[in-house]
Amino acid sequence: MEERDRDRYSRQIRFPGIGLSGQQRLLDARVAIVGCGALGSFHATALLRAGVRRLILVDRDYVELNNLQRQWLYNEEDAARARPKVEAAAHHLRRIDSECQPEPVAADLTPGNIAEILDGVQLVLDGTDNFETRYLINEFAVQHSIPWIYGAAVGSYGITMPIVPGSTCCFSCLYPQPPAGIQPTCETAGVVNVLTSAISSFQVSVALQILCERHHEFCITTIDLWSGKLRRVPLSAARLDCEVCGLKRFSHLEGRRRAPISLCGRNAVQIHDRGRSVDLVLLKEHLLPLGEVRANELALRFFVPPYEMTIFQDGRAIVKGTTDVGIARRLYAQYLGS
Amino acid sequence: MTISVNGEPVAVPTGTTVSALLKLLDVEPALIAVELDGMVVRREAWSDIPIRSGATLEIVRFVGGG
Repeated sequence: MEERDRDRYSRQIRFPGIGLSGQQRLLDARVAIVGCGALGSFHATALLRAGVRRLILVDRDYVELNNLQRQWLYNEEDAARARPKVEAAAHHLRRIDSECQPEPVAADLTPGNIAEILDGVQLVLDGTDNFETRYLINEFAVQHSIPWIYGAAVGSYGITMPIVPGSTCCFSCLYPQPPAGIQPTCETAGVVNVLTSAISSFQVSVALQILCERHHEFCITTIDLWSGKLRRVPLSAARLDCEVCGLKRFSHLEGRRRAPISLCGRNAVQIHDRGRSVDLVLLKEHLLPLGEVRANELALRFFVPPYEMTIFQDGRAIVKGTTDVGIARRLYAQYLGS
Repeated sequence: MTISVNGEPVAVPTGTTVSALLKLLDVEPALIAVELDGMVVRREAWSDIPIRSGATLEIVRFVGGG
């Protein structure tokens, strides 16, 4: 190990749980962070400072002013310039450690690109904000025996769970279907900023243990930060009849589970997610504080300039103001939570 | 009968199913996973399985934000 690294990581090398051998493993590791928002930007900073220099950063978003409350890596200049998050992250990470080798990927993870983007990674850290991507990561991880660490946070409640194929149950064992109906999101329900660093801390801690091959018992950790309650739930055994890790059916990887999405009209995108019925009255309540809403029993129209979203009771949505399916998907996840 | 739910003792009528327990505790079913004595109980089986006395249940709420 370089003398400079022995110095830089001296306080970590001295920690018996990591030591010199653990430190070398971290320096040799290559980890993917999917989603570089509040969770992801903390993962990146923490892992880099711990010595994981090879970080794949995946996010298609741009930095906005309202990110700065909780997205730990970014600053006002990034927001003013509307910098892509992965580009801003790479820039700031290199200033923390000039030997950092970030691989920024300004894209959504999809069935079409996941194999290429995650090729050769040892571990995946969840920083996403939607269930669809998590199911995709879960299937890829199970298929390739790569550990990944689920994490999610909204309001003042967060949860994290490591999935170590071959050792633990997978995400689908416990939670095989995304929740029906609309779900609270950071946009609609808000989020305490330190909830995200708290959850990320648990995710990164487990990641460090796995990478150093010093892991303890894996469990689900939930945090209700405002009341200060923390709970550990032992992970159950893998389900033999689990579609993913039991029966090895990878429907998300095969692209069979994505809500069909198509261009409609001259400047609009339609999402055909008819599987989920939406309570329009509840949705109106959620959205009223955020912008103009017009609704009747059959459809709700929500104005979030420059876009206009029309949501039908059967879950179908039309997003006007864009022809970019990624943006439409994002808005749907942001306001309906999926 | 007494069962343990999330580490706390709870008194419930004999023969209570997972579905009935969730209603009793006013828990929103859409967001959660249930472990009964260390094993996951699939959502489809929630109204089938009567919980026995002394059982340990973990009700875990999943969220999607990040």
